[in-house]
Amino acid sequence: MDYTFKSSTKRLTLGLVGVGVLAIVYAVLTEIPGQRIWANLLVNSYFFVGIGLMGTLWMAIQYVSEAGWSSGFKRIPEAVSQFLLIGGPILLLVLFAGSHNFHLHHIYHWMDPDLMDPNSDHYDSIIAGKAAYLNEPFFYARSVAYVFIWIAFTVFFRKSSIKEDLEGGVGIHKKSYGVAAAFLVFYGVTSSTSSWDWMMSIDTHWFSTLFGWYNFSTMFVSGITMFALIVITLKRNGYLEHINQEHIQDLGKFMFGASVFWGYLWFSQFMLIWYANIPEEVTYFIDRWENYLVIWAALPVLNLALPMLLLMDKSAKRSFNMMTIAGVIIIVGHWFDVFQMVMPGAVKADWGVGILEVGMFLGFLGMFLFVVHNALSKAPLVAKNHPYLDEAKHHHV
Amino acid sequence: MSTKEIHGLFGDEEILLASAKELVSKGVHVKDVFSPFPIHGIDPVIGVPPTRLHIAGFIYGLVGMGLALFMFWFTLIMDWPMNIGGKPNFSLLQNLPAFIPVTFEMTVFCASHGMAVTYFMRNTIYPGKKSWNPDLRTTDDKFLIQIDLSENSMSAEEIEGILKSTGAEEITQK
Repeated sequence: MDYTFKSSTKRLTLGLVGVGVLAIVYAVLTEIPGQRIWANLLVNSYFFVGIGLMGTLWMAIQYVSEAGWSSGFKRIPEAVSQFLLIGGPILLLVLFAGSHNFHLHHIYHWMDPDLMDPNSDHYDSIIAGKAAYLNEPFFYARSVAYVFIWIAFTVFFRKSSIKEDLEGGVGIHKKSYGVAAAFLVFYGVTSSTSSWDWMMSIDTHWFSTLFGWYNFSTMFVSGITMFALIVITLKRNGYLEHINQEHIQDLGKFMFGASVFWGYLWFSQFMLIWYANIPEEVTYFIDRWENYLVIWAALPVLNLALPMLLLMDKSAKRSFNMMTIAGVIIIVGHWFDVFQMVMPGAVKADWGVGILEVGMFLGFLGMFLFVVHNALSKAPLVAKNHPYLDEAKHHHV
Repeated sequence: MSTKEIHGLFGDEEILLASAKELVSKGVHVKDVFSPFPIHGIDPVIGVPPTRLHIAGFIYGLVGMGLALFMFWFTLIMDWPMNIGGKPNFSLLQNLPAFIPVTFEMTVFCASHGMAVTYFMRNTIYPGKKSWNPDLRTTDDKFLIQIDLSENSMSAEEIEGILKSTGAEEITQK
């Protein structure tokens, strides 16, 4: 059965986008500092671009590992990945707005040219020492390259997947296998460097060697949770008839495992810095401890303890309701994870979770869901010529 | 000679699985199945209840976590307060991150060893234990269905008929 994008769903998702726009208007009218509005744009575009990117990564992993079980819902990560085409440019716009040429926001403190000038009062020798990597031309060249090369891979996977529906055979699958391997190599490097550029450089003095993987784990678990939520919603509406609890349980295992993986990286990063207590490293956590304690302390509960306990049992991973509850907790928890990566460096103690934050999250969610629904309706919901589709139909845990 | 048990020997686990399904659907109670490796999906067919080993494992893990935290509290906080990286003394909570890695190890240690020992006890396996396989070939490349006649109302001939028609290579009575 093909997916139809109902006009009620269309209205709902576009309505959410409207809520996001209204939230920005509200923020401007009530004179919330522009810095906070831009920081929110960065949080949401980074978070949803991360989820979209996981669609591409998921497809690449499935190709390279020759996975069969997931081929029955292949179109869902494929649709999720389409958000890159819209979210990527939005993220780039937010980044360009911070350039010292436009200076619409000051999230990337190191872009201030005075910091690099030894004769200036604002000269910062630590930041100046990073100038070889953290300079605007190189930063923007990298950012544009990441986004557009990711998009190129995404478009390739999508096109060849639809072509496979029409032509059949294993030729397209084999070609996708090779391209997927190339994507994994490219993503392996750029997943770390993009998170250094876009997130870690906000707290310019600070660095963490684990940061790239920690960001990857946040994206990975949010992305897979998003797939699971979409699959469950489609299933509840009578689509995807050959997807059953076996597939949902395996998605639940991914959510469980990726949550524990996130907890491991999050704690490893914190514990070593806390233990060594070196001033230039520990300031990062002091900022969060002093001004963001509620959010920071909620992270291990929302993103590790609750998913772990809720999804531990086999019957929980097979229950649509429990998976939905755990999934919503994970999405919210990892949104706050990105929130506390950006905000302390961007607005210091001057933060809040109010109409602006909630509205803008809903706006981006609406935009994301619109793109996903639109992509789902553009192609048959089942990739009928996928060579492993039969395996997915007989999947048994 | 009175027959008590019927053993159907199979050369392939898929054939055995189909045969077990056929037997159960005709109302035969299968006592046990012997196989050199786990047969996917056999448990619900012959009525083996789901294992509770993982629940025991969770409890052992909690015990391990508690033991580790007690050990840290007693040795490094209460009995002989240690200076841990300049952090405040006399406080388990403020030194907790430093204890988490070993607490994790202890949780895994107790959960895994506890589950292994429970498994051995539950199956009464110990060094020198004599095998109870009805046919030693089930430790190599054969698969066996064991049926106890006293648990079944059907006659030995009827059961043997089903076994034979579903592909048993060898049928023995004991």
